[in-house]
Amino acid sequence: MFALVDCNNFYASCERVFQPQLHNKPVAILSNNDGCVIARSDEAKALGLPMGAPAFKYASFFKTHDVKVFSSNYPLYGDMSGRVMKILEQFTPDIEVYSIDEAFLQFKGYDDYDLSAYGLQIRKRVLKWTGIPTCVGLAPTKALAKIANKIARKYPKETQGVHCIDSEEKRIKALKWTPIEKVWGIGFRHSKRLKAMGVHTAADFVKLPDSWVKKHMAIVGLRLKKELLGETTLALEQQVNTKKAIATTRTFENELSDFKDVKERISTFAINCAEKLRTQKSVCTALYVFIKTNRFKKTIPYKSYATVLELPYPTNSSISLSKYAIKALSNIYKEKQYYKKAGVIVMGLTPHNNKQFMLFENENPKHQTLMQTIDQINKNYSTAKVKIGQQDIKRTWKMRQQHLSKKFTTNINDIITVKCQ
Amino acid sequence: MPIKFLTPSNAIELFKPDDSTPHPIALASEGISAGFPSPAEDHNEQKISLDKVLVKNKEATFYAKVSGQSMIGAGLDDGDLLIVDRSQNPEHNKIAVCFIDGEFTVKRLKVTTEGVFLIPENPKYDPIKVNEENHFQIWGIVTHVIKKV
Repeated sequence: MFALVDCNNFYASCERVFQPQLHNKPVAILSNNDGCVIARSDEAKALGLPMGAPAFKYASFFKTHDVKVFSSNYPLYGDMSGRVMKILEQFTPDIEVYSIDEAFLQFKGYDDYDLSAYGLQIRKRVLKWTGIPTCVGLAPTKALAKIANKIARKYPKETQGVHCIDSEEKRIKALKWTPIEKVWGIGFRHSKRLKAMGVHTAADFVKLPDSWVKKHMAIVGLRLKKELLGETTLALEQQVNTKKAIATTRTFENELSDFKDVKERISTFAINCAEKLRTQKSVCTALYVFIKTNRFKKTIPYKSYATVLELPYPTNSSISLSKYAIKALSNIYKEKQYYKKAGVIVMGLTPHNNKQFMLFENENPKHQTLMQTIDQINKNYSTAKVKIGQQDIKRTWKMRQQHLSKKFTTNINDIITVKCQ
Repeated sequence: MPIKFLTPSNAIELFKPDDSTPHPIALASEGISAGFPSPAEDHNEQKISLDKVLVKNKEATFYAKVSGQSMIGAGLDDGDLLIVDRSQNPEHNKIAVCFIDGEFTVKRLKVTTEGVFLIPENPKYDPIKVNEENHFQIWGIVTHVIKKV
């Protein structure tokens, strides 16, 4: 049996643990730079606040409905997520951390266990120890566990936050209840096509012949069908998979036009990617650079430029990546445009220790030692003290975080204060 | 020794070093000299860790700072650091961090047939009786207090 444990409105719940006055109030969390809404409490959802709502457009909405708005506080969410996952590990050694707020648990040899009761225990412990509410979905496969979790979330009173699909009857009922677009792994394109064919629920989907599914949705679709029928095809992925691509993108507070300003940003983003690469001991073989103008300005047409650059050698050196990112930028940069957003994505990642050496062009081997030294210095000072010449040293680009809560769990100066009055 | 030819089945297998986790090795700080080695070297023990002593349940432990003097009798003074364990059960006589009517407070719990009381440990302050109308939550149990002397 599998369980999917999902934290309810995780970011909003993290804020509420340390600010209990936010309970029963609409809460919204904004993306980096306070761009748009990326998480909402149930109360905010009930007000009709959509996911991805641009913050500036909804400023008056927030005010009218007294929505408590927060900048994303990743140090807090990361620490709380770590705590939740550690607690889940106490219930089974077989756990797959699927995202910051959800994990699959596998129960082997738990046949004589009342898993629903076990699920309730999981929920209770996580809530008591961390203050984070969760829902638990139990089922014979991962895809069904996802559905069971949705049922638990939708009917908190009836299920107490735990739903177990442990009979054919329950499985069929669950499939009939699940609209096709809500099935795990079925994207917008597929659901549109399936609906046009009269496939509206997961129950309709599993009636499709294998041959059709395989032809139109490949082996992934076929696996999903089997999973929904109760046959395990997706195993628990316990290995920490190193990321396939790393991105650093930002929306600027003020629009940038000058090449040297945009260049500085792109260089910094590339260096940021290089640092992330070094942390996970990977190198990249290509990079993608994009710049965009303001999408919301009605007076000027929206422009977006992007390019991919293949690197002459695999690298994670800040110097090399900054150099090639600027090269890529100069290929796409247009004058007299006002750029609002830009980013660098590094791709084609391979582990550093099976790096391919090139016949003609290789990186200066001194970069390796230099990068190690820079990383060490910056780690010791816990800020970027050593920068590359392309970066602006005087100017400190700060993320816009006007609604940031404190780092309650990771900074001693930010811990909660208890009044003794 | 018989000569063995390499066949595909027993061809060389290449192993990659696993450098994902560092393995720190205790440094023999005495250095290597030809003289008599330190007799203490074989008796190296771990250092005392206050984390281990004070934090019994890492996942459920949070920290809080005291503001005010209503708990002075229990040794909780203004500016002290509290170690709060959320996994412990709130019981009579335990010191708890509570959230009541929009504020965090710390008091000793008194559980009687008449209800729950929050008892200060300073004669200048009055006990609080928790009512139905209060927005009340026991947030965690105080296990230790750290103070500067």
